[in-house]
Amino acid sequence: MSGRPYRREGVTGRVLRFRFDGRDLEGLAGDTLASALLANGVRTVASSVRLGRPRGVYAAGCEEPNAVVQIEEPFPEPMLTATTVELYDGLVATGLPGRGRLADRPDPARYDAVHTHCDVLVVGAGPAGIAAAGVAARAGARVILADERPEPGGGLLGTTETVDGRPGRAWASAEIAALTALPDTRVLRRTTVIGHYDDNYVVAVERRTNHLGAAAPPGMARERVWRIRAKRVVLATGGHERFVAFAGNDLPGVMLAGAARTYVNQYGVLPGRRAVVFTTNDTAYAAALDLADAGIEIAAVADVRREPGSAWADWAWADRCAERGIEVLTGHVVTAAKGEGEVTGAEIAPRSGRGTREVAADLLLVSGGWTPVAHLFSQAGGTLRYDEGLGAFVPGETRQAAEAAGFAAGVTTLRDCLADGAEAGRRALTALGFGAPGVTVPVVEEEPANAPAEHLWLVESGDYGTHFVDLQRDVTVAEVLRATGAGLTSVEHVKRYTTAGTAHDQGKTSGLLTSGVVAHALGVDVAGLGTTTFRAPYTPVSFAALAGRDRGPLHDPVRVAAMHEWHVARGALFENVGQWKRPWYYPRPGEDMGAAVLRECAAVREGVGAMDASTLGKIDVVGPDAGVFLDRLYTNMMSTLKVGSIRYGVMCRPDGMVFDDGTAIRLADDRYLVTTTTGNAAAVLDWMEEWLQTEWPDLRVRCTSVTEQWATVALAGPRSREVLAALAPGLAVGNADFPFMTWRDAEVAGIEARVCRISFSGELAYEINVSSWYGLALWEAVMASGEVTPYGTETMHVLRAEKGYPIVGQDTDGTVTPQDLGMEWIVSKKKADFVGRRSYARADTSRPDRRHLVGLLPEDPGVLLPEGAHLVSAPVAGPVAPTARPTARPTALAAPPVRALGFVTSSYRSAALGRTFALALVSGGRGRVGERLYAPVGDDLVPVTVTSHVLYDPEGARRDG
Amino acid sequence: MLLIACPWCGPRDEAEFHYGGQAHVAHPEDPAALSDEEWARYLFFRDNPKGLFAERWSHAAGCRRWFNAVRDTATNEIHAVYRAGEPRPVIT
Repeated sequence: MSGRPYRREGVTGRVLRFRFDGRDLEGLAGDTLASALLANGVRTVASSVRLGRPRGVYAAGCEEPNAVVQIEEPFPEPMLTATTVELYDGLVATGLPGRGRLADRPDPARYDAVHTHCDVLVVGAGPAGIAAAGVAARAGARVILADERPEPGGGLLGTTETVDGRPGRAWASAEIAALTALPDTRVLRRTTVIGHYDDNYVVAVERRTNHLGAAAPPGMARERVWRIRAKRVVLATGGHERFVAFAGNDLPGVMLAGAARTYVNQYGVLPGRRAVVFTTNDTAYAAALDLADAGIEIAAVADVRREPGSAWADWAWADRCAERGIEVLTGHVVTAAKGEGEVTGAEIAPRSGRGTREVAADLLLVSGGWTPVAHLFSQAGGTLRYDEGLGAFVPGETRQAAEAAGFAAGVTTLRDCLADGAEAGRRALTALGFGAPGVTVPVVEEEPANAPAEHLWLVESGDYGTHFVDLQRDVTVAEVLRATGAGLTSVEHVKRYTTAGTAHDQGKTSGLLTSGVVAHALGVDVAGLGTTTFRAPYTPVSFAALAGRDRGPLHDPVRVAAMHEWHVARGALFENVGQWKRPWYYPRPGEDMGAAVLRECAAVREGVGAMDASTLGKIDVVGPDAGVFLDRLYTNMMSTLKVGSIRYGVMCRPDGMVFDDGTAIRLADDRYLVTTTTGNAAAVLDWMEEWLQTEWPDLRVRCTSVTEQWATVALAGPRSREVLAALAPGLAVGNADFPFMTWRDAEVAGIEARVCRISFSGELAYEINVSSWYGLALWEAVMASGEVTPYGTETMHVLRAEKGYPIVGQDTDGTVTPQDLGMEWIVSKKKADFVGRRSYARADTSRPDRRHLVGLLPEDPGVLLPEGAHLVSAPVAGPVAPTARPTARPTALAAPPVRALGFVTSSYRSAALGRTFALALVSGGRGRVGERLYAPVGDDLVPVTVTSHVLYDPEGARRDG
Repeated sequence: MLLIACPWCGPRDEAEFHYGGQAHVAHPEDPAALSDEEWARYLFFRDNPKGLFAERWSHAAGCRRWFNAVRDTATNEIHAVYRAGEPRPVIT
């Protein structure tokens, strides 16, 4: 048996090769990484996060607090518990010092999601879960049974108990096979239910290929997130064993008794040669006997109970031990695990008086009792109550259509768990109206009743420095005592003070122990102290699984205009505006962004340019009350707009702050087309619907989004009129025939079009709207003239900023009124009311020191201010540096507090001005025109001069060409 | 995640809905007649009870209708849903 020194005799299987911490090792099919390491005699698997102490395998399931590893191949995955990693050929892993490393490359695997419904969801395929699912499924209910392990059976896997005359493991597999064959039952293996939410919304993660390594079929989703809405939920989630705080209880070789039993029975692995057992209850005796029968020498059983009780005596635990030469020491505790780096012995002492002795052992098994897994029950708002017999909290009341069953509900024996599960299944059926189904409870051989446990949390000592409470967080009794000594009396506070219970295992083995130690320190009953709140997820989940396919190009829908391919072919760079891809600028060979934008700006100011404006939101507002409706939403008058004309408008919230802006085009007496900013189109439509439905249901108006039905080309510049005239020979384009802020139906390049005379640059400009199907044709026709420069959003931003036109969301932030923007003229004085009107009479909106939109000219015309830079009126403070400038320039901020007067909202280089400029919101800004302010940028204070926000063509002479 | 019974579409996942805050806060008939304080109460003040709360929801990814619900803020249980404009039902 060389090479398999710790494998139970006679155990065989397919050999799997793997590498751990650089060592090439072998395991057997069916192993976890933890069982394979134990089979190879690997005792130290990881080191602790804060103290760097060696740590070994402590448990056999997801509650493992110690053996945290990183998978290196085939794809890096950090912070996995060795006890839940299924071994596969070629696995490469390393032990972690409590922290993992994220992958340095993209995850090539696919992750999926499934949304489904069922009548009954059973969580956990142990005895109670299988019994519950069996009753419900056989009555015809739609059942999902989810279990986190690769094999059904739960607690039966690690024991030697029989059900219906068969070994428990075989019974479980046969039952699952029978249930799987039913048409409306789905059994999900390797599926951990991580969250239980309101109205029985349950989230589970199924691991589909993780256990296959390189053999995973390509294209098969690695993990699948199940989002399940269940009419009834049965939580048969079992229990976790907990340990006791004593000196050195973290040494490799210290292990939960039930875990050792599982390694021997399920995996055929001997976790040591010679063991000492330390227990507070009966369950560790079964472990001791199973280990002894497997060939492990049991040096002693130390039972904290002086007189374990009649059930203990009736089952003759002591005699059964004696038959195997095991010494039973009642009324004893293990005071310390001995050894350097790993367990070499245990110090055992009677609870009263002297007589400490050290017993040689390489394995120290601990059972401090079992805690029902009430995580999911509690997550969904269920209350917990203290069970004196278990010394633990069990599910109480819940408003969900859910119940716990089996050990999760505090039921202890196998027979009772099977019966309780079956009853839970029957109750679920009754609640769902399946009548009165029959229930058959599987038969169990005679089994021991449990004598009362003694709830011991810690072994008293003068030094609590290595009495660990939370192994993963390196929290000891000494630290819990420091917390209570500091006056903390709530376990929630102690948790945050010590970090106990906050590691990857979320305190599965340590949570109740922490409460117990706090109770001990405070001299109170743990029943009244409670536990910390349980929150999802039950076990760690990868972000990749939660993201599923919603990543990369599928992360968010991408919207493109009809002429998108032209922009791509022309080498445009794109800007994301909401979900839209908008051409940002069109660099020519050798041009950087700055050069391209200056060229595009000059082309529009001096010749003619075209921009794809299709993404602007467009809403069709139809009905006899459309004018009244828009009058109430816009600050200005829309009902008086003549058919054929266009009006700019601003919408505000009831608090008076700008929400959106755009134009309204009157198409007919009962019909307007309203445009919105690109990013706000959906919000504006929602806003309209909300007011129509909730405040003005009497108005006869319908609103419809037509954004994607239209493609729009903005043609701007002094030569735009001649380009349009050539494209639309039937259209009278003269200023008198087609004045500013009107629209005309026309044929443009042979396409039916609606042409609007609107300008967002201050230049003579048109917006040509056609059906989206003809968008590309129109764009190509405009470009075919050979004289039109395509320009992008950056140029559009520069041109509008030169004119002082604000962009909602860039120059405003929800705290800005139209008056702040210098747009007093857009706020009607005639209308009796509109949304926001009353707020302009509030004291706050008429404060003289409100932030106004102003222009800024950096004194150095080459300096570009960063957007977002703060502005201060810095008096000279500290030394003044010698400067070539005529005025002294401060080099440092005044001593704090320094009042921020405002901030830069837009900042550009202007071709027309031949310099940089910016827009800013500045306190009392309109009264500061001509004043010098400073923008702290890095270590520098950049001097700027406040100007009007309209920096180019303030008299509007260019509008008509 | 809540299961919300839209009065028009029936029970749907919460993800299909937008929350709209307290119900039955009407836009004042004549805002100009209100004092600053009264107007500020309309703008900025909402109830925040532990227990039953009448609130607005919009079935944004469904029928796009606004409606009201009475929800217990402590348990998340929805006791009633009703259409916009209908009076708040009495929950006993």
